[in-house]
Amino acid sequence: MAPVLAFAESRNGELRKVALETVAAARQVADALGGEVHAMLFGAPGVAGQAEALGRYGADLVIVIEHPALERYSPEVLAATLTHRIQSAEYRAAFFAASAEGRDLAPRVAAKLGVSLASDVTGFELQGDAVIVRHPAFTGKVVVTLRLIGTPALLSLRPGAITPAENPRTARVETAAPAMDPAAARVTVTETSARGSAKLDLGEATIVVSGGRGLRAAENFKLVEDLAAAIGNAAVGATRAVTDDGWRPATDQIGQTGRLVSPDLYIAVGISGAVQHLAGMRTAKTIVAINKDKDAPIFKIADYGIVGDLFEVVPRLTEEIRKVRKEH
Amino acid sequence: MKVAVCIKRVPDMEMRFSISGDGKSLDQGGLKYEMGDFDGYALEVGLQLVEKHGGEVVVLSVGPDGVQETLRKGLAMGAARAVQLKVEETPFDGLAIARGLAAELRDGGYDLILFGRMATDTANGTVGPMTAELLDLPCVTSISELEIADGRGTARRELEGSAETMKFALPAVLTIDEGIARPRLASLKGIMAAKKKPLEVKPAQLGEARLVVESMTLPPDRPPGRIVGEGADAVPELLRLLQTEAKVL
Repeated sequence: MAPVLAFAESRNGELRKVALETVAAARQVADALGGEVHAMLFGAPGVAGQAEALGRYGADLVIVIEHPALERYSPEVLAATLTHRIQSAEYRAAFFAASAEGRDLAPRVAAKLGVSLASDVTGFELQGDAVIVRHPAFTGKVVVTLRLIGTPALLSLRPGAITPAENPRTARVETAAPAMDPAAARVTVTETSARGSAKLDLGEATIVVSGGRGLRAAENFKLVEDLAAAIGNAAVGATRAVTDDGWRPATDQIGQTGRLVSPDLYIAVGISGAVQHLAGMRTAKTIVAINKDKDAPIFKIADYGIVGDLFEVVPRLTEEIRKVRKEH
Repeated sequence: MKVAVCIKRVPDMEMRFSISGDGKSLDQGGLKYEMGDFDGYALEVGLQLVEKHGGEVVVLSVGPDGVQETLRKGLAMGAARAVQLKVEETPFDGLAIARGLAAELRDGGYDLILFGRMATDTANGTVGPMTAELLDLPCVTSISELEIADGRGTARRELEGSAETMKFALPAVLTIDEGIARPRLASLKGIMAAKKKPLEVKPAQLGEARLVVESMTLPPDRPPGRIVGEGADAVPELLRLLQTEAKVL
C-alpha cells in the first residue's frame, strides 16, 4: 500500500503545531488507502526526541535527519532531502503546512519532482487518481474547488484547518543523512530574530484584538494592548492604514496584503471595515466591532457591535474582563 | 544589472464578485483588472535596484492579450521592455506557469528574477520558487527587506512570531512581500514613454496543467449581526453575550 508523507515542521528543536496537523492529514489519507504515514523531521542533533509526539498523532515511521547546520531552516537541503525520499518510494501524497516555512519549501519540492502543488488547502478528499481540494482564493472572497492530478499529490494545509486528534502508535524511527552537503547550500539563514517572542503570533492566536485609524495616534494603541493583555491569550493586529502610517509594524497588518487570520474571537477597535481589511479577518468565528460611526461597514459583518466612543468603551471592556478573569 | 519582474493581471479585489454560469469562473461583468498587489512591490524593488546599480528592468506576464495593459503599466512605471507569454487562459496550476516563465527566462542573462510573494487571485504563492527550481537558481521567498552588493544579497523574511535573515548568491529568484518599498505612481511622462517601449508577444509553452478548477463558490454570507448598544454602558451586555451565547470568552 502506498505510504503518505508528512513534513513535520520544527523550530528551535521543537515541533510546531502545524507538524501535528500535517501528520493528522496524512493519517486520514493513509487510512483511506490502508497505507502508512511517514513523517520527516529535520533539525540539529537532539531533534529525534520529538519523534514520539509524531507517533502519538498517527505517524508509523519517523525519518529523522539531524545535522548541526539544520539548527536553522535550510531550504535547499530540506527540499533536496524530501525530494530524494519521495522519489525512493511510491508515495501517494505528501503534506506540508501552508506556514511561512511550508509555503517556501513545498513549491521547491513539487518543482523538483515535476508535480503540481495544491497550496493553502482547507479541505481535501481522495477521488480515484485525483485529490479534490478546497482553497480560499481572491482574498478569501471565493472558495475554489480544485482537482489535483498525478502522483505523488503534494498539498500544503492552511494552519488550523485540521484539528489534530491523537491516534497513538509507537512510531519506528529511522535516521537519514541530508541528500546534499549543507555547506554547499546557496541560500543560508545567517540570523533568526525572535521578534517579540513573548508575543503571541497573529495566525496562531485564538483571540485577536485589532486597532484602526479610530485610535487617532500610535500611543493610543495602548488601549488595544491593555485589552489583549486583560483577555490573556490574545494577539494584537492593525489595519493597513495604521501600519502604513508607521503606528504599528507592517507585520501586524491584517488584510488582503497582510496576514489572513481566523481566530475564534476578533475584536475590531476603531476600524471602519474597508474591503482590504475584511479580506483578512472575515472568517473569524465571532466578530465584535467598536466604532463611533453606526454606518461603518464593519457593523455589517460583526456579530456584536457597540456604537460609541472607543476611548470610553474599550477601557470599560478591559476593566470588566479583568474582573471576570479574577473571578475564575 | 538585468532584472526580470514577473507580474500578473488580477481582478480588482475591492469588487463584489459573482460566479458565472459555468460554475467555475468569475462573472466578467463589471470586473476591473489591475497589477497584483505584491507584484507592484516587486516591480518597485526592481526599479530601485536598477536606479542604484544601473541596468534595466524587463516585465513579463503570462496571459491573454488583456495582460498587455498591465505590462504597459509596468513600462510606464519605468521598465525598459515587456514580454507577454501568450495563452488563451491563464491556468490555476503554478507549475504550468513556472514552466512557461522558466523557458523564457532561462537564457535571458538575468541577475535577479523578481515576483510578488503571491498572486492575489489564485493565492498560491508557488510560481516564484517553482521557477527558481526549474532554472536551478537560489531562491528566497516573502522578502520584507533586501540589500544587494558585490554579487551577493541579504534578505529578511518574516515568519510566525520571528524573522530570519538569508544570504544568497546572484543570480537568484526572489519573491517580495508588501511593505518593502511603496510602488511608485506612473508619471504622465512615463505613460507617454511607455507607448513607445517594446512589448514583445510570444507563445507560452506551459505544458499540461494538473491542478484545475472544478468549481468556484462564494463563501456563505455572515449572518447579520446586531448592535448590542451604545457607549460604555453596553459593555456588560456584550460581555454576557460573548460568554454565554458565542462562548468565546
